[in-house]
Amino acid sequence: MSEPAIRITGLRKCFGDLDVLCGIDVSVAAGEVVCVIGPSGSGKSTLLRCVNMLEEPDQGSVFVNGVDLTHEDVDIDAARRRIGMVFQSFNLFAHLTVLNNLTIAQRKVLGRGKEEANKVALENLARVGLAEKANAMPAQLSGGQQQRVAIARALSMDPEVMLFDEPTSALDPELVGDVLEVMRLLAEEGMTMLVVTHEMQFAREVADRVLFMDGGVVVEQGPPAQVIGAPRHERTRTFLARVLDPIHRVE
Amino acid sequence: MAMSKRKRTRVIRVVQYAVLVVVVAGFAATADWGRLADAFFDLDVASGMFPDVITVALVNTLIYTGLGFGFGLVVGLVLALMRLSGVPAYRWLAGIYIEFFRGLPALLVILAIGSGIPLAFPGTNLDRYVSIMIALGIVASAYMAETIRAGIQAVPKGQVEAARSLGMSSGRAMLWIVVPQAFKIILPPLTNELILLTKDSSLVLFLGSSQLQYELTQFGRTELNQSRSLTPVLVAGMCYLIITIPLSYLSRYLERRTGGTRIRSAEATEIVDTELEATK
Repeated sequence: MSEPAIRITGLRKCFGDLDVLCGIDVSVAAGEVVCVIGPSGSGKSTLLRCVNMLEEPDQGSVFVNGVDLTHEDVDIDAARRRIGMVFQSFNLFAHLTVLNNLTIAQRKVLGRGKEEANKVALENLARVGLAEKANAMPAQLSGGQQQRVAIARALSMDPEVMLFDEPTSALDPELVGDVLEVMRLLAEEGMTMLVVTHEMQFAREVADRVLFMDGGVVVEQGPPAQVIGAPRHERTRTFLARVLDPIHRVE
Repeated sequence: MAMSKRKRTRVIRVVQYAVLVVVVAGFAATADWGRLADAFFDLDVASGMFPDVITVALVNTLIYTGLGFGFGLVVGLVLALMRLSGVPAYRWLAGIYIEFFRGLPALLVILAIGSGIPLAFPGTNLDRYVSIMIALGIVASAYMAETIRAGIQAVPKGQVEAARSLGMSSGRAMLWIVVPQAFKIILPPLTNELILLTKDSSLVLFLGSSQLQYELTQFGRTELNQSRSLTPVLVAGMCYLIITIPLSYLSRYLERRTGGTRIRSAEATEIVDTELEATK
């Protein structure tokens, strides 16, 4: 079997006395879409941030396309060019136009010329349906538009892997759909995706595999129909009951 | 007899205004306006100062301020980055520099630089403009370093994370993403630094200069000695205001633009008053 796009082995991470990740082993095959679900504080965002070393693991290894990013000799900036990341709070560069948000890293990191960078940027803006917003400032866009621009920005670096950290959690409910639609298209194009999300419908329809995390470990994983449709573990069942039917839980 | 709170506020305000009027009127009545006018408003002396007060003195003040501000900005940025560095030695060095030069009177620093550099590097014949740039720049940099540091820290952490996730090194992320946004945030306080430096530029008169190098204060002082009238002080003062008042308007404008809709206290009082009237 060929090397998976992402391979995480024995990953541990503590913040002070708090063990956030207590030994994680996860692989994501090339072209696979994996959704990570779980209660807040379960370590799922930290897991994602360890994949591109925004958090440095205390123990364990993270291989992306066969390169161990935890190795001290690795050029982390070079590795991150191939790993796109989308944040919960968008993090568009507030002082740059939408177009320059998409071109600055292409030009300063990849060394692309202005013309090529603009061309790639406009292609990716069109891909997320926002070509007409090229000259807008981020503050002029809705949250949903900002997040789609953030996705286009990551795509402009031609990543091999995309990480999504709760991409719709900061959005008003009516804006969630557009962002999820862009992600669905991306998945259909064969992008390798690791997605931390609370959108169960999205996970059910788009994910090839779902991981349920709680207390810093992967409690259960498998196809969405199994993990979401027929969970085997009590913790998974409790969590899903709360997420899928919050009103009845209160009653 | 108990007064309503609204009535009491009104009485207090009337008393305040009355005291103010009495104090101002008292000064106005007792001052000898005739002698003041003779001393400060000698039109012959004033017109004799033109055009040199503008073409030489004002221009030199602008040049010295600009040189000092530019140098101070660069050094201040370097110091701010050192203060935020992961290397302890850099942090300490920058901290010592800032505490040292911020705690000394600008005049002492300028005197020390002016005579210290020729002592430290014998044989170097430093251009006067360069020593002014260094002297004023050092004074300004210590203040600006702290302002710039605060600006850098005010840029949300997510901006750096986004830049790093796109493969930018920490240096590139600082240069292309953080610093431009930091400067946007600190434009109002930086404008204030520029106003302070405009006034501090008068201290370079202690470095000695030829007539063509006079800035406003030295120009005014020389004229003062020659004319035995205080008019040059007034004219030089007006010239400073020509520079500083537009700058302070600029600063306020920038603050309003970047700081959102902060209501000034006077306006707030007015709004409260209007509401009180409405509820009567």
